[in-house]
Amino acid sequence: MTGSSASGRAGDKVFSGTAMGAGILILLVLFGVAAFLVVQAFPALVAKPADIQGGAGFWAYIAPIVIGTLIAAAIALVIATPVAIGVALFISHYAPRRLASGLGYVIDLLAAIPSVVYGAWGAAFLAPAIAPGYAWLAANLGWIPIFAGPASATGKAILTAAIVLAVMILPIITSLSREIFLQTPKLHEEAALALGATRWEMVRMAVLPFGRPGIISAVMLGLGRALGETMAVALVLSSGALTASLIQSGNQTIAAEIALNFPEASGVQVNTLIAAGLVLFVITLAVNMVARWIITKHKEFSGAN
Amino acid sequence: MSKRIDVKDLNVYYGNFLAVEGVNINIEAKSVTAFIGPSGCGKSTFLRTLNRMHEVIPGAYAKGEVLLDGADIYGAGVDPVTVRSNIGMVFQRPNPFPTMSIRDNVLAGVKLNNKRISKGEADALVEKSLQGANLWNEVKDRLDKPGSGLSGGQQQRLCIARAIAVEPAVLLMDEPCSALDPISTLAVEDLINELKDSYTVVIVTHNMQQAARVSDKTAFFNIAGTGKPGKLIEFAETSTIFNNPSQKATEDYVSGRFG
Ligand SMILES: Nc1ncnc2c1ncn2[C@@H]1O[C@H](COP(=O)(O)OP(=O)(O)OP(=O)(O)O)[C@@H](O)[C@H]1O
Ligand SMILES: [Mg+2]
Repeated sequence: MTGSSASGRAGDKVFSGTAMGAGILILLVLFGVAAFLVVQAFPALVAKPADIQGGAGFWAYIAPIVIGTLIAAAIALVIATPVAIGVALFISHYAPRRLASGLGYVIDLLAAIPSVVYGAWGAAFLAPAIAPGYAWLAANLGWIPIFAGPASATGKAILTAAIVLAVMILPIITSLSREIFLQTPKLHEEAALALGATRWEMVRMAVLPFGRPGIISAVMLGLGRALGETMAVALVLSSGALTASLIQSGNQTIAAEIALNFPEASGVQVNTLIAAGLVLFVITLAVNMVARWIITKHKEFSGAN
Repeated sequence: MSKRIDVKDLNVYYGNFLAVEGVNINIEAKSVTAFIGPSGCGKSTFLRTLNRMHEVIPGAYAKGEVLLDGADIYGAGVDPVTVRSNIGMVFQRPNPFPTMSIRDNVLAGVKLNNKRISKGEADALVEKSLQGANLWNEVKDRLDKPGSGLSGGQQQRLCIARAIAVEPAVLLMDEPCSALDPISTLAVEDLINELKDSYTVVIVTHNMQQAARVSDKTAFFNIAGTGKPGKLIEFAETSTIFNNPSQKATEDYVSGRFG
């Protein structure tokens, strides 16, 4: 008996030692990466403005592509979120069971398509197909700044990139939301139905409130992917200076800017691109913290109990 | 407001499985009817056919007639949503909407039925319904707090308040006290006694004393064996069922000799 407990205690020690070691290793690696990023980015922050691409200093360089990134991601979310929630609800609460599981598989498959394929599709198919639409928008709604002409003749505008991003993040948001919706307690669904709720009213009273934190997490994951997506934007967008119009060529996102310029960069330009990466990292972090904050703020009414 | 229920030759299915067979029963308006019987005999199943909640389960359906004041709720063109807003239901486990405040819980059904209701009317209705459920004094200072923050017994009375806020014709209760302590149980039983003045109440219970205390009439359901359909064995005045039943099975059950 003493033997077995002694060896058990030794096993405990080995396990806790390894776990602790692994934890410390991860922290060290993370710290190393962060330190590397900051150290490498630093020269760009203190460089003479003339040495930075564009010649007006780092902040003048980064501001337009930060805005471009946010615009593209925001449009993608605005398009993808309602569609994803609608599809998820259809699968979880409306479709007959066989159709629902089939659809679920298709959505999961979509999530597995590599982003370069989406990029190729956007550049080769979507952009030319949508170009006439942009011309029409410029002609008829051109007085609204976001539709100001001249429209991109190739269709390679930021709106096209945003649509491709929306299609890319749709499967993630859909499949996560569907999982959440399926977990709605039967008890609450029946409570709503027994009060005389239609199916849609039941969804509004029981399913959506229950799924809210989950939807927010799903959307934030989608946003994270949209913010960091490189290939699709690099292939679809014919980039340029920041413009308010969504249908002209122009604008750029951080990730695509880094990917396109890194191979030929040298000297302080490398530092600039790394600094841009650091900025993207900070934005993503901020987005996630805001999401956490939204979720905890509503905890009291969350139905966790 | 309250209405009578007449059930004719009702068979209830889960897919191919016949769960309850051949029920005929006449439930008077403004009365309390108790369903008793051993576990699995189909009391809940039958109760849920009375407001068309049964068919919410995939593959489940019922055949036969359920007349609410003479109108068949399973008739052609009858919308189950309308039926359910007319016939309230209280479940075994309290199920207030966790994301809604106490006040919004009470108003949930009303807001479905007629969307527009002034703040004054809403306040009055919340107070009246909570008074009706004997809950007003306990929660009047925290109407804006979530309903899930109440005790189990309070939550169950909140669910009753939510059900009576829409002034249904009938109130169905499936073992409403089984998750409650004796004091909350008494509170709910007192409430049932008062509710009978304005509603037709049907209650499923495993507690014979409870059936004897609250009900005017009692229906005894039984099942011949697993996989067999449940049947209504006897339906009579509660005192008759407990003191002088005509069926041997009823007598055995109420005297505790089986089940
Ligand atoms: N969702 C379901 N799907 C298939 N069969 C079901 C379902 N719910 C109940 N049944 C079956 O129907 C029969 C009656 O069940 P029911 O829940 O109505 O019994 P009950 O009298 O309410 O029992 P209890 O007193 O334990 O609540 C049982 O054989 C049960 O297994
Ligand atoms: Mg039951």
